[in-house]
Amino acid sequence: MTVLGFWIYLMSDCIVFASLFAAYVTLSGSMSGNPGNAEMFDLPYVAMETGCLLVSSFTYGLAILAMQKGRSDLVMRWLGVTFLLGLTFIAMEVNEFHHMIAEGMGPGENAFLSSFFTLVGTHGAHVTAGLIWMIVLMAQVTQWGLNEVTRTRLMCLSLFWHFLDIIWIGVFTVVYLRGAMG
Amino acid sequence: MFGKLTLDAIPLHEPILVVTGSVVVLGGLALLAAISYFGKWRYLWDEWLTSVDHKRIGVMYIILAVIMLLRGFADAIMMRSQLALSYGDSTGYLPPEHYDQVFTAHGVIMIFFMAMPFIVGLMNFVVPLQIGARDVAFPYLNSLSFWLTAAGAVLINISLFIGMFARVGWLAYPPLSGLEFSPDVGMDYYLWALNIAGLGTLLAGVNFIVTILKMRAPGMELMRMPIFTWASLCTNILIVISFPVLTATLGMLTLDRYLDMHFFTNEAGGNAMLYVNLIWTWGHPEVYILILPVFGVFSEVIATFSGKPLFGYKSMVYATAAITVMSFLVWVHHFFTMGAGGDVNAFFGITTMLISIPTGVKLFNWLFTMYRGRIRFETPMLWSLAFMVTFTIGGMTGVLLAVPPADFVLHNSLFLVAHFHNVIIGGVLFGCFAGYTYWFPKVFGFKLDETLGRWSVVLWVTGFTLAFAPLYVLGLMGMTRRLSHYDVAAWHPWLIAAACGAAIIAVGIAVQIAQLYVSIRKRAVLADVTGDPWNGRTLEWATASPPPFYNFAVTPVVEGRDEFWIMKRKGWTRKLEDGLQPIHMPRNTGTGVIIGALSVVFGFAMVWHIWWLAIFMAVAMVAASIIHSYDTNRDYFVPTDEVERIEGEQIAQAA
Ligand code: HEM
Ligand SMILES: [Cu+2]
Repeated sequence: MTVLGFWIYLMSDCIVFASLFAAYVTLSGSMSGNPGNAEMFDLPYVAMETGCLLVSSFTYGLAILAMQKGRSDLVMRWLGVTFLLGLTFIAMEVNEFHHMIAEGMGPGENAFLSSFFTLVGTHGAHVTAGLIWMIVLMAQVTQWGLNEVTRTRLMCLSLFWHFLDIIWIGVFTVVYLRGAMG
Repeated sequence: MFGKLTLDAIPLHEPILVVTGSVVVLGGLALLAAISYFGKWRYLWDEWLTSVDHKRIGVMYIILAVIMLLRGFADAIMMRSQLALSYGDSTGYLPPEHYDQVFTAHGVIMIFFMAMPFIVGLMNFVVPLQIGARDVAFPYLNSLSFWLTAAGAVLINISLFIGMFARVGWLAYPPLSGLEFSPDVGMDYYLWALNIAGLGTLLAGVNFIVTILKMRAPGMELMRMPIFTWASLCTNILIVISFPVLTATLGMLTLDRYLDMHFFTNEAGGNAMLYVNLIWTWGHPEVYILILPVFGVFSEVIATFSGKPLFGYKSMVYATAAITVMSFLVWVHHFFTMGAGGDVNAFFGITTMLISIPTGVKLFNWLFTMYRGRIRFETPMLWSLAFMVTFTIGGMTGVLLAVPPADFVLHNSLFLVAHFHNVIIGGVLFGCFAGYTYWFPKVFGFKLDETLGRWSVVLWVTGFTLAFAPLYVLGLMGMTRRLSHYDVAAWHPWLIAAACGAAIIAVGIAVQIAQLYVSIRKRAVLADVTGDPWNGRTLEWATASPPPFYNFAVTPVVEGRDEFWIMKRKGWTRKLEDGLQPIHMPRNTGTGVIIGALSVVFGFAMVWHIWWLAIFMAVAMVAASIIHSYDTNRDYFVPTDEVERIEGEQIAQAA
């Protein structure tokens, strides 16, 4: 039941992203004098970011497999790996944002950049929330082991994490690949 | 230290506000003093503020709605009297910048803090009882939802006395609502109040979908669910799909205002029409979020008071589902004048007209339910009849507005204002009143006074007609909405008539307050000991009034539609059921009310740019959630002898 509820919540979150995508696509032509996307994005860098997130989804899957075998030590190990990958992703994203802002391409420049920072940043904020949640869950698994409560929560976080992965694939395609094509 | 907040923010130069402010403060202090004097804090905290009981939460939602109805109605009276006065040389008593706040607050309060809480409150109380459940799927979340909604309401009311409210209309179109044209805090109050309350609504939506899908009593297949439950299911699906759009849209406007972004600004490539599209992608479904549940209420009431099963149950369900889907296909009818072109407007005009078909199906179903029924004209039924007439008129003027060429003339005129009040007052509000009188005895164990109830129906219907029919005429005469002053002599008499209508409504409201007071005084006479005062058909009437906190001693096994009717026909009587078992119940928790309180401070700090406080509050909210996640002691069992004792008392009372 909790998992169903959480899944419905995720669907609504999906619509938040849908709105942001819609805004991005509408406004992506509105650069008012700034350089085009192709020059702005460093595709190999973003591809590495993407790699981190995709692999972290895989390692989370391994954590769930471990959970099904009842191996809390392995769960902890794979959660740890997932956490590090997620953290790397966020660090790279913050770094990217920082560069853009330093080069005078901050969110306040024009509508396109506003929508870009908001869409990508909202995803990043979700990943950050997921990381905080992961820390809490790791503490709880350490304390309580794998019981009904922690198992349900691991499942919910798993849904959340894969969901963010899927959203990112959308971001990567719509924002970066489409941008790189010019 | 205090951001933009200074002592100047308190409007000491506005006599109206000083008086209301003092009344609110004194009233509040008196209330607090009374609670302390009677030593009721413990009771209030244990039994209400921390309660996760869906019935208590439902009651709190409705109390919130009624308080906000009074606030919103005070705004309405101010607008109507201003317009009755401010013709020609007279400027009335409200300066434009004040008038603009009043109509914005009126719309926002009536939709978000009156209609929504009323409806969510009714669903909270009724749905679990109708499906034979003990509570909702996520009781703690339910409490959190309520407190977030209340937090939004509190923020709006704070804006009355500290700073100001927005002056932009209830949907806050940019660029007017952007930083350039609304640099003051009014818009920020708007944004944070709605963001916080909207989150509460969204969580409630998730909660109810899971409750209805997963917690029905055995045997209650989907096609056996009471119509109100069906309507609630569809409404909550609409909530979950549409409220995220609201959150995202208001979020973008917030970013425009706080981080100087350019989503909806005039310069740097912003696109205000994007906002209008997005807000109505939420906004049109929202009107169905409001109306579908009351369609459900009317279906229950009309079937009960006609003594017949609902005519065309299945078509009712399909009509509800059809409206759910179609409500996402019509949003452009709110801005035909945007200039999208004839083809786009034609498409949305036609979809809008199509949506009135399932609505018509419902109307005929109600008529056929009454046809050859043994109708009892008691107050809930009177509200329903009043609804059927007024709503139909409102629907027809809506179809008129859906014709794009006609809409080019009528858009933004008082004709539009008359249309939506016709459907919102005649539909949503009358439905809430019908539900209130219908379920009141279930909630409190005694009926509301019938004579005063009838008077309130008569006064409301008369007052409503007198207040809004002139607006159709005024609209056709070319009067636009949101005017605080005019020079056209021909408008004057109609606006005076409208003001008289509002005065009659005021009497209607006074009668309703008197009705509540009188009924409480006479509760012994009006008591409902049977649990089934109206000869009801659905499961909520099978339990005692008021229901025990666990709702049903033994979960009923459902054999068909109108299950309670079937039970009664089989000779059901209230007795101690055998096979009692310990009952699994959720424990109360204070986390919801605490997070609600923190979010008020958070919103306030954001409004006034008191960043340190906002950060502190945000961290505190996350911390409260994490602490809550460590609370593993969330449920308990009510032992059988306890259940037996409570049931025994209720049976003794009924005998
Ligand atoms: C029966 C079918 C209905 C039709 C065909 C219809 C049609 C319309 C149209 C075309 C408009 C836009 C007019 C304009 O802005 O120029 C409108 C506005 C509106 N309608 Fe309806 N409507 C219907 C039912 C309802 C219901 C059930 C509600 C609420 C419970 C409702 C609430 C509103 C509101 C709040 C507005 C205007 C909001 C604003 O601009 O501020 N309508 N309707
Ligand atoms: Cu609409």
